[in-house]
Amino acid sequence: MKMNTKTLVIAALLASLSATAQAESTLTIENPKAFATPATAMSGGGFMQITNTGPTDDALIGIQADFPRVELHTTEFTDGVARMMHVDDIAIPAGETVALEPGGLHIMFMGLNGDPLEEGETIPATLIFKNAGEIAVTFDVVKRDMAHSH
Amino acid sequence: MKPVIFGTATLAAAAAIGLYTWQTTTTPNPCGSTSVAGSAIGGPFELVSENGETVTDADVITKPTLVYFGYTFCPDVCPLDSARNAQAAYLLEEQGIDIGTIFISVDPERDTVEVVRDFTENFHEDMIGLTGTPEQVRAASLAYKTYYRVQEGDPEYYLVDHSTQTYLVFPETGFATFFRRDTTPEQIAEITACFMGELT
Ligand SMILES: [Cu+2]
Repeated sequence: MKMNTKTLVIAALLASLSATAQAESTLTIENPKAFATPATAMSGGGFMQITNTGPTDDALIGIQADFPRVELHTTEFTDGVARMMHVDDIAIPAGETVALEPGGLHIMFMGLNGDPLEEGETIPATLIFKNAGEIAVTFDVVKRDMAHSH
Repeated sequence: MKPVIFGTATLAAAAAIGLYTWQTTTTPNPCGSTSVAGSAIGGPFELVSENGETVTDADVITKPTLVYFGYTFCPDVCPLDSARNAQAAYLLEEQGIDIGTIFISVDPERDTVEVVRDFTENFHEDMIGLTGTPEQVRAASLAYKTYYRVQEGDPEYYLVDHSTQTYLVFPETGFATFFRRDTTPEQIAEITACFMGELT
């Protein structure tokens, strides 16, 4: 395809926008992973660490992935009762690392519908941040470590 | 869907009673655990096994057993706790001590026999997964004084609040103690072995 002037202008504009976004909020996504699920599982959890090395606070405000439903979740504990719930955003303050990990904040992949998360698979997804915009990530599906300790 | 209702007030009251019981009747236990004297936790239940058969507590608690109530839609807490219980069983097995592990679903609507079987096989080849009718599950939960409540508003992807303690139950004497979430597999193995030395 031949680029006309209009396309070039838009491309330049987008380039400058993404440059601005990166200058304002520098986010590093580490170790995006999900645990393999049994064949009949209806949901799976996604985990990662997000580090904000920039000077500005940011927030994870959404995620897109190829499932009937994907949400940002957290689990809270009160008197030994676990309550998992949807959250609208996850704050990523300047200079901090926020961990999405089992028993707390997580990505909830819902509606697996007979297509379980299998070890070795990858889940392409797009994280949406308030300031940094969209960042593509790939979750590795790994076997659950049974020898964990709290 | 009709949620099983143990309201927040009931939960708070139960927690308060639990605390009261704890402070007044807890006797020092040589196993160094949180044994609550005189409490009526546990007892008979009727549920549906991984093979689709109706079973009673006597059918499935045939040896000292760790009993946990959860739901498989929960992607991290229930698997973590179930894996921890399985780990405790494996640790004891290494010492030649045989215990059972049971997972009871509090989400019988979605947790079919097959789903519960798949879920438990994942953690320990001998872990027993139980589900049942809403009435059967409710009765078992009441007997063990666990709390669960379906969050309303989503017919398909609803979430369920639920207790996370694991009970140590003996075939003859019933409830022995319970373990909170932050108890390690090593601690569970040690305390369970201690109770087995005492009670059997
Ligand atoms: Cu969740």
